[in-house]
Amino acid sequence: MAGNKQQAQNQAKVFSRRAMILGGMQAGLVGSLIARLYYLQVVESEKYRLLADENRINLRLLPPPRGLILDRFGVPLAANFPNYRAILVAEQTKDLEQTLGDFARLVPLTERERAKVLRELKRNRAFTPIPVKEDLSWEQMSQVELNLPELPGISIEEDQKRYYPFAGLTAHILGYVQTASESEVAADPDPLLTLPGFRIGRSGLEKTYDGSLRGSAGKSEMEVNSVGRIIRQLSRVEGKPGADLVTTIDIGLQEFAQQRIAAEQSCSTVVMDIFTGEVLAMASTPSFDPASFYRGISGDEWRTLNADMFRPLTNKTVSDGYAPGSTFKIVTTMAAQAAGISPSFSVFCPGFYTFGPMRLHCWKKEGHGHVTMPDALKHSCDVYYYDVAKRVGIDAIAEMARKFGLGRPTGVDLPGENPGVIPDQQWKISTLGEKWYPGETLVAGIGQGFIQATPLQLCLMTARVANGGYAVKPRLFKRYGAAGSDEAYPPLTVVNAAQESDAAPKMDVKQEHLAMIRRGMDLVTNDQRGTAYRRRIDIPGMEMAGKTGTSQVRRITMSERATGVRKNEDLPWPQRDHALFVAFAPVHQPRYAISVVIEHGGGGSTFAAPIARDILIECQRRDPARRNPNDEGGRREMP
Amino acid sequence: MFAMTPMGNKQKKISLGEKLLQLNWSLVLLVTAVASIGFAMLYSAAHGSADPWMNAQIKRFALGVVGMLLLGLIDLRYYMRFAYLFYGLAFVLLVYVEFLGEIGMGAQRWINLGFMQLQPSEMMKIALVLSLARYFHGVDWEAVGKPWVLIPPTLLAVAPAGLVMKQPDLGTAVTLMIVGGAMFFAAGVRWWKFAIIIAVGVVGAYFAWNSSLLHDYQKARILTFLDPESDVRGAGYHIIQSKIALGSGGVWGKGFLQGTQSHLDFLPERQTDFIFTMFAEEWGLVGGVVLLTLYSLLVLYGVVIALRCRSQFGKMMAFGLSFNLFTYFFINTAMVMGLIPVVGVPLPLISYGGTAMMTVLAGFGLMMSAYVHRDAKLSRGGREEN
Repeated sequence: MAGNKQQAQNQAKVFSRRAMILGGMQAGLVGSLIARLYYLQVVESEKYRLLADENRINLRLLPPPRGLILDRFGVPLAANFPNYRAILVAEQTKDLEQTLGDFARLVPLTERERAKVLRELKRNRAFTPIPVKEDLSWEQMSQVELNLPELPGISIEEDQKRYYPFAGLTAHILGYVQTASESEVAADPDPLLTLPGFRIGRSGLEKTYDGSLRGSAGKSEMEVNSVGRIIRQLSRVEGKPGADLVTTIDIGLQEFAQQRIAAEQSCSTVVMDIFTGEVLAMASTPSFDPASFYRGISGDEWRTLNADMFRPLTNKTVSDGYAPGSTFKIVTTMAAQAAGISPSFSVFCPGFYTFGPMRLHCWKKEGHGHVTMPDALKHSCDVYYYDVAKRVGIDAIAEMARKFGLGRPTGVDLPGENPGVIPDQQWKISTLGEKWYPGETLVAGIGQGFIQATPLQLCLMTARVANGGYAVKPRLFKRYGAAGSDEAYPPLTVVNAAQESDAAPKMDVKQEHLAMIRRGMDLVTNDQRGTAYRRRIDIPGMEMAGKTGTSQVRRITMSERATGVRKNEDLPWPQRDHALFVAFAPVHQPRYAISVVIEHGGGGSTFAAPIARDILIECQRRDPARRNPNDEGGRREMP
Repeated sequence: MFAMTPMGNKQKKISLGEKLLQLNWSLVLLVTAVASIGFAMLYSAAHGSADPWMNAQIKRFALGVVGMLLLGLIDLRYYMRFAYLFYGLAFVLLVYVEFLGEIGMGAQRWINLGFMQLQPSEMMKIALVLSLARYFHGVDWEAVGKPWVLIPPTLLAVAPAGLVMKQPDLGTAVTLMIVGGAMFFAAGVRWWKFAIIIAVGVVGAYFAWNSSLLHDYQKARILTFLDPESDVRGAGYHIIQSKIALGSGGVWGKGFLQGTQSHLDFLPERQTDFIFTMFAEEWGLVGGVVLLTLYSLLVLYGVVIALRCRSQFGKMMAFGLSFNLFTYFFINTAMVMGLIPVVGVPLPLISYGGTAMMTVLAGFGLMMSAYVHRDAKLSRGGREEN
């Protein structure tokens, strides 16, 4: 019994000790729990607080409306239009196929669209809205709205799409918008680009001024639950809408110009205010429909547009360089005068010019006889310019050409500008690795050979002649904000004109030299024997002065043949001459300059001059309206 | 000498009134306090609604407390006497559900009694403590040192643990083994024997890993536990979200009903296994420490009762039950904090559900009985000695 008791006591003692040990272990474990809690809730708390917020807060970007692009009177050229789109939320319908089928009965779906929807549905969670059909017409939208009870999961969403009321009339100027590519998203820190369906300017003014037109994103913080369903909106910061862009374009004139040249296969023209450099109209044919880029152009469409030999996607006024032909004689004449050759200097033209073993022809086989400087412009006598060019030398001609804005980008606010080519001795060595042949100087003197100029450059050259030697720069940007009536177009006086040109630097040319050119150009159109007399403007006060040009792409000069440079090889198109014409008006109080280039269009006086004439008449007819924007007569409303 | 103390004599004539006075009313208060925290959290889990969880839980708790008090009044001898019988019943039921579960009930491992679902594995937790307490009560102090004496109790613990593991319920299986081990230790089994058992356990775990004993999803849980970030969307999601909820709660918490992780459904199972997370998200470190302290007090209460019991059976039983409670809350809280794998153990008294609450309240009832009859001296067969 005593043994038992002893045992029981031992047992109790051991139990107590071991219970204490286990109790201690338990206390230790509870301590570790508390330590862990301390670690999570105090030490790491900030990290987890952020993670919790990241969990529950869904930041949504609110795309701002894209700025409008307006003509100088405030007529919208690029606007935003509500886009209705049908979206589908998979979890809200029991039978997807059924819903899609019912929907397709109201709004036809192509097999491709259908497959895309099903693919997207598989990729996303059941509550994610999937676009089923974009760009619903008003009728389709109301049809769907009406039948929503029978279309579980379908709803209508509205956003903005870019809309160009004048479509092809302004396509080259405005460009178009498209969704950003992956590399663009990576390069641009703007979070807006990450938004699906967000579009950026891809060409034209839409591209140049994309940053301002785009605006900045708004933000809305949504509280979401674990599956991403929105519980409530926590905050909302509105974005900054894109700035409206007022351009220098007069849509009335633009429409006239684009339609006037629409019949030509490939033609371009620019009308410019000679004192401000403001581009009033800029047309290029053929054109394209910018809407097709918005919708998402199909591969076929894209290939067709690209393969078109008339290159509808190219804004030829800034992106295409042409041999300026006889229009370049303006530059040669200026260079001759700068070199000290007087206007009375005379050359005998027998119809050809002998240069060493070569015989270069004048465009007039029978020759012009004795020709002085004004007559040389009037008749566009090639022999006179061969002679003068040889005397002056290519470097002097090139220097003069650059003064007038040729051979380098004009800096116009459009993407894809072609700088053109003004060759000189150095240029040939560095580009072709060959020395300049004297014969090439002669060819350059009549605007052939290596010389390339864009229609915009030719217009700028003419403007600088007409404005008295101010190095104005072409531009399409007028200002940001709405067009206001306080911005009346300045009256056409010499005083005002001089003031406006003050901003532009004065060129290093003599006034009397410019006056000589203007007189020669006057003769071209207004003298009975001028090359473009039959295309003159005979409305008093609107007369124009111009210069024809017919640049040959078919006949290649000896020297070019020798160097092996055959630009023609690039042109599979019928090898006719380019028809060119540059002009300013009114002749005695100039305000407007124009250039017209018809690619492979034939003779400049016959084909290009009438176009310039008609556009300049329209331009001057609209002139008073431009000076007073409140005058409705000059306005062109949205179609 | 022991028998001659006045207390020993007094023990015989204990009346019902005295018993009621002897019941641990402070324990009842403590249990109610913890359960009330649970009620509040269930209210919050339902986004500020008494339904569907809080009201049901209160009813269950009220019923459970009555049952607990009744168990506390029953004489300790009966528990000892029927310990093996109870164990046998629990074991049969465990085999029964295992068998039925295999052929027809899917993964169901409980028996529907109409008013509640009986989970044999939960019964077994108590049955194991009772039978081990009885076994060690009947073994001489010296005999504990003999290996063959330890074979029957080892089987008592390992057999049901194996069955439960196969269910598969890793949490309960581990609990049975740990509680059993703690009782072995308290009974005076030598240290080195534990070392052998642990070594065997490690080797066994190795083979278990490479056999079909562990289900793939159990393996995945362990692997994910080791590196939860590796499976953010899948198995690791729960534990990551739980840690975010805890951590974002900070020192003072986000406030009652204000837990974003819980209320926006980022936190899984917020009314059951992850209710501690929700509590600590809304009440912060302060709330978490208070709750852990309350649990620790409950466990300590059991240990004190065990120490004050005269009979080895009472000591072992009270200690085993209190250790069971400890294992319960430790596994749950350590799991939601990312300290151990997610094994699916509820938080006793707080998680929504009847089974765990019944087990824990029944355990407290038995502890109370041990306290009320703390001075009883029991024979080896369970009869009171003089």
